[in-house]
Parts: sequence; C-alpha cells; structure tokens
Amino acid sequence: MKKKRLGLSLSLLLTAGMLLGGCGQAKEDKAAEEGKGNGFSVAMVTDVGGIDDKSFNQSAWEGLQKFGEENGLKKGKGGYDYLQSQSDADYATNLNKLVRSKFDLIFGIGFLMTDAITEIADQKPNNKFAIVDSVVEKPNVASIIFKEHEGSFLVGVVAGLTTKTNKVGFVGGMEIPLIEKFESGFLAGVKAVNPNATVEVQYAGAFDKADKGKAIASSMYASGIDVIYHAAGATGNGVFSEAIDLKKQDPNKEIWVIGVDRDQYEEGKIPGTDKSVTLTSMVKRVDVAVYDLATKTKNGNFPGGQAVEYGLKEDGVGIAPSTDNLSQDVLKAVEEWKQKIINGEVKVPKTREEYKEFEATLKK
Amino acid sequence: MNSNRLTNIMIPIFAVLLGILAGAIVMIVSGYDPIAGYSALLYGAFGDRYYIGETIRQVTPYILAGLAVAFAFRTGLFNIGVEGQLIVGWLAAVWVGVSFELPKFIHLPLAILAAAIAGALWAFIPGILKARFKVHEVIVTIMMNYIALHVSNAIIRSVLSDQGFKSEKIHASASLRSEFLQSITDYSTLHYGIIISLIGAVVMWFLLEKTTKGYELRAVGFNQHASHYAGMNVNRNIVLAMVISGAFAGVAGAMEGLGTFENISVKAGFTGVGFDGIAVALLGGNNAFGIIFAAILFGALKVGALEMPSSADVPTELVDIVIALIIFFVASSYLIRLVLNRFKKEGK
Amino acid sequence: MEYVIEMLNIRKVFGNFVANDNITLQLKKGEIHALLGENGAGKSTLMNVLFGLYQPDGGEIRVKGKTVKIANPNVANDLGIGMVHQHFMLVDTFTVTENIILGSEPTKRGQIDMKRAEQEVRELSERYGLAVDPTAKIADISVGMQQRVEILKTLYRGADILIFDEPTAVLTPQEIQELIQIMKTLVKEGKSIILITHKLKEIMEVCDRVTVIRRGKGIGTLNVSETNPNELAAMMVGREVHFKTEKKPPKVGKPVLEIKDLVVKDSRGVTVVDHLNLTVHSGEIVGIAGVDGNGQSELIEAITGLIKSESGSIKLNGKEIRNLTPRQITEAGVGHIPQDRHKHGLVLDFPIAENMVLQTYYKEPYSKNGILNFKKIYEKARQLIQEFDVRTPDEYTKARALSGGNQQKAIIGREVDRDPDLLIAAQPTRGLDVGAIEFIHKRLIEQRDKGKAVLLVSFELDEIMNVSDRIAVIYEGKIVAIVDPKETTEQELGLLMAGSKRKEAGVSS
Repeated sequence: MKKKRLGLSLSLLLTAGMLLGGCGQAKEDKAAEEGKGNGFSVAMVTDVGGIDDKSFNQSAWEGLQKFGEENGLKKGKGGYDYLQSQSDADYATNLNKLVRSKFDLIFGIGFLMTDAITEIADQKPNNKFAIVDSVVEKPNVASIIFKEHEGSFLVGVVAGLTTKTNKVGFVGGMEIPLIEKFESGFLAGVKAVNPNATVEVQYAGAFDKADKGKAIASSMYASGIDVIYHAAGATGNGVFSEAIDLKKQDPNKEIWVIGVDRDQYEEGKIPGTDKSVTLTSMVKRVDVAVYDLATKTKNGNFPGGQAVEYGLKEDGVGIAPSTDNLSQDVLKAVEEWKQKIINGEVKVPKTREEYKEFEATLKK
Repeated sequence: MNSNRLTNIMIPIFAVLLGILAGAIVMIVSGYDPIAGYSALLYGAFGDRYYIGETIRQVTPYILAGLAVAFAFRTGLFNIGVEGQLIVGWLAAVWVGVSFELPKFIHLPLAILAAAIAGALWAFIPGILKARFKVHEVIVTIMMNYIALHVSNAIIRSVLSDQGFKSEKIHASASLRSEFLQSITDYSTLHYGIIISLIGAVVMWFLLEKTTKGYELRAVGFNQHASHYAGMNVNRNIVLAMVISGAFAGVAGAMEGLGTFENISVKAGFTGVGFDGIAVALLGGNNAFGIIFAAILFGALKVGALEMPSSADVPTELVDIVIALIIFFVASSYLIRLVLNRFKKEGK
Repeated sequence: MEYVIEMLNIRKVFGNFVANDNITLQLKKGEIHALLGENGAGKSTLMNVLFGLYQPDGGEIRVKGKTVKIANPNVANDLGIGMVHQHFMLVDTFTVTENIILGSEPTKRGQIDMKRAEQEVRELSERYGLAVDPTAKIADISVGMQQRVEILKTLYRGADILIFDEPTAVLTPQEIQELIQIMKTLVKEGKSIILITHKLKEIMEVCDRVTVIRRGKGIGTLNVSETNPNELAAMMVGREVHFKTEKKPPKVGKPVLEIKDLVVKDSRGVTVVDHLNLTVHSGEIVGIAGVDGNGQSELIEAITGLIKSESGSIKLNGKEIRNLTPRQITEAGVGHIPQDRHKHGLVLDFPIAENMVLQTYYKEPYSKNGILNFKKIYEKARQLIQEFDVRTPDEYTKARALSGGNQQKAIIGREVDRDPDLLIAAQPTRGLDVGAIEFIHKRLIEQRDKGKAVLLVSFELDEIMNVSDRIAVIYEGKIVAIVDPKETTEQELGLLMAGSKRKEAGVSS
C-alpha cells in the first residue's frame, strides 16, 4: 500500500513538473524572439533519412553548419537548426514548427517535401522557404535543383572505362523522375566511352532499405557485374556492405561501387586495410547549394519563385575529390568530357526519352 | 464488479505512468533532462492551438485503426492487416477523390464509402481463408500488408500518375479539410475526419453491444463451440468480423487520403498507423471509448515527440525509445494487473 | 495416538467471507481420511492451506507433532506432503518419466540421467502396483494412467502424506475400482491419505474416518464403520437427502425421437456410431449407459447437428432432422444440456443474462429489427434465476464467476424454458454436489412427467439406474442391450458396458 502511494505521488510530481516546465517553455520562446532581430537564422527539415544518412540530408546539414559557423550563429533557436521527420505525416508539422520558432529561412530537404512546402508557402506568405531537389513555384520559395545527369555522365565515363566484364549496374532508390536523371546520365556516360558495355538497372523502391540494397548488389555481383552505381540514399549503404563483404572473402576480386551525393570513399573502406571499394562518387554539392542560398538570402538576394540550377559549371555536381582508385587515363577522359559538357558540345540526357535519342546519335 | 472495473481503468493508466517513468530514467542515464524532455513533449502536443490541431489530426486515424483491431479482437480474431487495409482504403478514397467531380454531399461520402469497401475487401480474403480452410489470419493479414503496399505503389505509378511518385490532389469536393478548422488552429492540418472517427467509435459500440449481430460476434469471439451449439454460423461471423474490421481500417486510410495529405504518394514502407492501432486497441482495452483515450495518448506522443529534439535536445532515437517503453508497459499490462491484485490482497 | 498431520482450529478469511471457520482435521498414520463437503464448503481452501498456497488467519498446523509454518508448496513437499490435483499438471508431449522428474531431475555430469530416473520410476510403480510404463508418452495413455503418473510424481518426491482432490471425477467405473486398490496398497506401505470427495459411496468403501465440513465450519469427524450414507449426507447438506429420487410410473406416449441405422465417423474417418437404432418416447427417460468413448458424445452431437452424420435417419416427431443445422434442430424442438458446460453450454465471459438467451436472442421479445431488448433479456434472466435457484449476486454477473452447480442450473433453466419436445442431458451432474444433483434429477423427472422425451447420457451408473425408465447400453457405437432398471444390477450393466455379454434385447421397443 505504501509503495503504491509513493508511486502515485512520484507520478503526480512528474506531471506537475511537466506542466510547470511547459510554462517555462513559453517564456523561453518569447525570450528567443526578443533576443533575435539583428541575427539571421536558418533551419532545415530532413526527410525520414536524418542528418546521418551519409547522403544529401547529411550534406545539407554540413552546408548549414558551415554557414552557421562562418556567421557566428549558435545551434538552436535564433541560430541554425534542423528537425528530423519520422514519417511523411511530419513534414508539414516540422515546417510549421520552424516557422513558429521564427527562423528566417527554412529549407525542406528532398522532393518528398514538395507538397508540404507548397502548402505552407501559401499559409505563411511572409516566411522564406527553400526546397532541394524539387520545384515549387511560389514567390516565397526558392527551388534548388541539380543537374545530376551531368555528374552521373562523368561517373558513367569512369565506369565504362573501368569495367573488365563490360557489365555495369545501376541501383536506384525510387522510380521517380529525379532518379531517372541519374540513370539516363549514367547510361549515356557508359555508352559514350564503351559502346559494348551493358548496364543493368534495378530499383529498390525505397531510400532507406539497406537490406534491399545489399540483396540487389549481391545478385548483380554474382551475375558478373563489376561496377555498381547507386542513387539510392541509405539503401545504397547495403551496396557498400555487400561489396566490402565480397572483398573480405576474396581481396583480389575486382569489384567497385560508385557513390552518390557525397564523397563516399570512407563508406567503402575495407576494415583492416587502407583500401576502399569506392571507385569514385558523383557528388552533389547540396552543401554548396544550401550554403550559397543561405548566403544570398542573408545578403538580401533571396531568389524567391526561381529555380536555381546547380550543374558542372556551377560546381554543384561533379566527381569526388578522392581519386585513389582512378588511373590518370581515366581522370584525363573525365576532364575532357567535363569540358565538352560545360561548353555545350555534349548535351547529357536527363530522361529515358532523351537517352534514346542520345543512344541513336552514338550509333551513327 | 465495481472494483474490477476500477482495476481495468487503473491498469492502462499505470502502464503509461510506468512507461513515462522508465523513459525518464533512460533520459537521465543518457545525460538528458527528463523534465525538459517531457515538458517539450507536452508543449509539442498541446502547447498551443496549432499543436492541438496537429494532435487531433494524428488522433483521427489512430482511433479508427484502433477500432479496427479491437473489433476483430472482440470476435476472437487478430487482425494484423489493419495497415494494409488502411493503405488500400487510402488508395480507394484518393482514386474516387481525383476521378470524379461531384457535389460535395455525394462525393465525400462516396470517397469514404469506397475506402470502407476497399478495406473490407482486403480483410475479406483472410476472413474467408480462415473460415473455409482454417488458415491462420495472422499469417494471411501480414502477407496482405505487403501486397497492399506494393500493389498500391504500382497503381499510383501507373494509373494515378504518369510514372510519378504521387497522385493528383483530390478535388475539393472530396476533401475533409476545412478553412474553418485551419483558421482556429493556425493552419494545422486538422480536418473533419475526427468527427467521422468519433462516430466510428459510437458505431462500433452500438454494433457490438446493442445488436443481435454484435451479440453473435461477441459470442463467437469468446467461445466458438458454444456459439456453434447455440445455432450461430461461426464461419459467417468470422468473415463478417473481418469485413467490418477492414472497413474501419479502410476509413482510417480515407482520413489520411481525404484529410491529412489530400493525395497518395508512393510509399517506401508502412505508415505504421495500422500497427500502432494494435497498441491503441490494447491500451484502450478493446473498448470503443477506451480506444478514444488511447488514441489521444498516442497522437499526443507522436506529435509531441517532434518537439523534443529541438526544445530539449533529446535525440530522435531516444524519443522512439521512450515511446516504445510506454507501449512495452501497456503490452505487459498483465504483469501490472498481477501487482495491483497483490496490493489489493495485502491491503485487506 | 499418533497423528501425522494436525490442523487445529484453522481459520481463513477472504474479505468478508469466512472460508474456513475453526476447522480441525487430524490425520492418523496409515489411514485414509475423507474430507467431505458440498462444493464451496471450504474443502479446497483447507487443503490449499495445508499445501502452502494460502496462509491461515488463525489456528495451528502440526506435522508429526511439530508445529510448522507452511509458507509455500515447496515447504509442503519437504514435509512429505504431496497433492494429486483434480486437473492434471502434465506435459502431454513428454514421457511419463520426464513428467515425473520435472523440477527435480537426477543429473550425471550436468546431463539428465534418464536411465536412472526410469529405473526409479519403474521400481516405485511396481512397489505400489501402479503398472505405469515409464517410457510412454502422456498423450498416448488413458486418463486413469495419467492420474497414476500424478501419484508417482508425489511419491518420487518422497511424499508420505498424499492429498487426493476429487480423484474419481474423471474416471470410469473400472478405473475407480483400480484406484481404490491403489489407495489401499499405499496405505499398507505406510502412507497416509486425505481424500477430498463428495461421493458417499467411495467413502463408505475405502475410508477409515471422515471429517465433514459445511459452509466453512467443521461439522464433525466420524469413524466410517460407525456411520451410513444417509447420516453423512445429512451432515453435509444440513438436511435429509433422498437418494432414491421419488418418481411416478412413466406415462409413455408416442415416439418423439427415432434413430435408425445411424452412422457417424470421426475426423479421422473411424466409424464411432455404427448403425445405431434407438427410440425415445414422450413421457419417458431413456438412459444411455456406457464406458466413455463408445460413441455417446458423437451420437448426441449428431442428433443436435454439431457434427455431420454419414447415413441413417434421425426423426423428431416424425420429421427428418438429420444433418440440419444446430439452429434448425433447436427450433424443431430439441433442448440440449451439453456434456461440457464450459465448452458448449455457456459463454463464460458473458453475463448470466446474455447466456440465458443464447439460442433465442434473435427472436422477439429479446430483440426487434436486429436491436437487442435488454430489458426483456434481464427480465427473463431474473425469472429463470429465481425459478431454477441459480445462486448468483445478480443477472449481470459473468457466468465464469458461478460455481459449477449454479452454471448447470442456469443451462437447465435455459433449455427447459424453451419447452423442447426432446431434452438431451449429457452428464448433467458431473462434478456437482449432492444437493445440486438432487435438484437436477428432480427437474429431469418433472420434464418427463410433463410428457417430454428425455435422453440421458451418464457415466455414473447410480444416476442411470436412479433416473432412467429404460436403460440403453452402448458399446462400440451400437446399442447392445436395452434393460429395465428395476430388473438389472450394476454388475450386469458393468458386464454389458464392457461388451462381454450381449443381451438379446429388442433394439427398438
């Protein structure tokens, strides 16, 4: 009986504490509001991947951190911050939460946030928003898009020149127009330098299923494919782990993974050696874009209603700085093709339709 | 009699308190401030009208999913397939929502009805397999979840969009959204679905407790042999129970499709609402009105938890652990019942 | 005088309810001591106190002269007290030996020494004449054998005081005789036995002394040789009890139930009812006597539509009802008091009231247009509770909370109230005490006198002899004899039931 009463009073105490804490909370908010005014604050909402997804959420957060540090901001309200979403029902709530915390610029990271950003942009016309990887045509939204097909073309060139079996694989996350850009550019790059190579394309159906990525990679490597390019977020981690497992069993096996979004050389490290299965990575400088857009906005140049494109020319995409696994010949070829693309000599396809046309020109 | 009822109410409350306490311990051990954490949770769920709106919005599908699980359970069936039934209901509702242009008073009910029928059909399959061939419904419903997920993804890609990842937005005439509700909750995604789920709870209560059909379903749930002996058609009741359960789940999907999202997008994984519905039903004691309270708790935890990382610096993973602990203690309510009874005896 | 156990002035209170009120029980070494009382009199409470499951609120327990405190069953075990439970606690898929050693396995280098265990079990079994095969699987042996395994379990743990909780409730007449032999052997070997029972016949046959309790109070301890069943029954119930149920000669009318060449197969395709013929007339009680497993259950389930029959004919009032649904058969005028009241008779988690309309809920006045009318249901329940003396706090109480006798009364009330032309009663008094049995027998005879046909199935020969107007003996799915209870003896019936003697009797009358 005594114990029961003790438990009851404890829980009452706890409840009371929570209520009081709730009041304190409100005060703090006001304080944050008053303390602000001269500073510029910026925040982002991740999709379900989170800021440690070793992919574009992480990359975006790195850009935001860099911006924050350079401008002397603190993490948290009134500085720079992020919120992670647990499910797609949380996007709108999280965006709203940031609006209520009075951030000056709010990023939605990833195309999945498109609807939520569209809606909140109407509801909060005085707030500034930005979305990565999608286009939202609202005066208070800036859209950041990348020419992933251009970067993918370059890693396609690497893959085409590296493969010994003339079999190359592509693992996509979801079958959506965005990933189609990766696929088309990659295919074009491979075929441009190695018309005999075949590319097997598979989609995992998700960006957060590493187990699925591993399964697909396993069957691809078993079928003789020696280079796999993944554009699948955290699903791609499975591709790395499969390649590393195979390398551990047989260190002489020549298999490679091409990373995406960031320099994924570290992800490909084989434990106990200083080698990596990462051939190269198609880096999408979300950090550059986020940093760039935050800086522009701080200086009063918010490109509202515009879609800002980041391609090879803007250094928004490209191949990773880690080139240990690439020969000089390959690097040279990459540099040549890069110049051709920047000059406009080569037009890289960004849909399957455009790829068919591109393929036709190759055959001539 | 009365003390029994009291115990039944005390147990879930105790479970929740224990879960909160255990969560606090986990936070302390990991070096976070539990008071700050929980006050952030509370603030994020009820702190102002926007959050209240979001919480109610989240509660809406939870009530219906909980009712779906509970309805089957009261009839002695374990419907793990609420998740899949919810997804097909969502799909059907959006499909009707985008395909027709009708006056609201026809369009909206039609869309909800389509969702109910889709969910019911999805549950009919495990029901008939159970009744005819004694295939265990748990296995079939789990498998049906995956089929629902992938089939609806394929339909979204090929029928509801042109190889895109989401459908068009539904016509306003099929929407549950309301300017009025948004204006009083500062642009939350609150919609009229909450009224439908409350009606759903009343319907379930009435159906089970007041009708001859409900009497049969409950009898079959408690004792199939006695029901057979009494002249009830056990198999037909099993199928009926699954169908009604599936209809509730389908309507839960309609809440998401016609209210929260107003469209449907390709899903990488399950929404989780159907699975949480199992915990909601458990916590609510499979009772229509208990489920409303349990759904409020879950909705508040879910929405409030989003505030914990930003206000109290508690990492998202820890929030998940705290919520899981609460569910754990609810699920082990049997233990709590044992302890409570012990106290009672010693008290005497 | 040497007592191995003395329970002196034991008092046990639950809330406001005094379960044991200063009960004294003294067990001599080497005796079989009966503990007699109606259901709910406090027998189980008293034994649970002795076995350490409950702590007494007053009184003293002495084992072999020493005062002890029995805090839990392990202490009881250590004191040499063993209990043979009514509901066996055995693992079906384990062997006899595995079940016996469970919890106190002999080990050799960390492994179970199964050989030694088997040897020990075999020796014990032979010493006490139990004839148990140590290597048989529990699932494969008969109920009687399983009970012996329970006995061996207590012996294996070194018990010399054995408590038997209603051991004969689950046994056939033959098995009961064998058990009585075993108990006598045990006593001869120096064990002492407490036998919990409400069956007077067994007490008279096997016990040395008897302690009677009624409503929690000790009524007295008698030497069995100095008493008789009537005195014991009166002590137990608190009034005179009539064993021979008074009944008028039957007024037999037209045939109500006519069964011809009925064949029923079980789920494995084995013929369990084999071209059976039987007729029951209005105004008579036909008792079916037989050893369990000779097709009785299947016969009744086939008549009531719970299982399908292969061929033959079942007519009720001249109309064919074979293989109709249970509801159609119920509506045609069949009432059924099922053998297993928990499995078939009641929805235990429903209130009494809802159980009272289990077959009629869909009819007016209990419902209209699919909506239940609880007012009428409660009214009906109150009426039946009063009429059939169902002891329950109210009609909202769950059926589970009632004692077995009151559950059975509720079922009988429900079935009789529907006024069926044929009332089937399967084991209607199983596990009930004398008072309830008397009540139920009266009700069956009352139905007969009202011109109904009654079909009674029972494994209790006393009951069959006492209540029936005609006895049909079933053996291997056939009615092998029809006898008049006034002209037969238990011995003759026993032989017929064992299939050793076929009486040339009219199969239909």
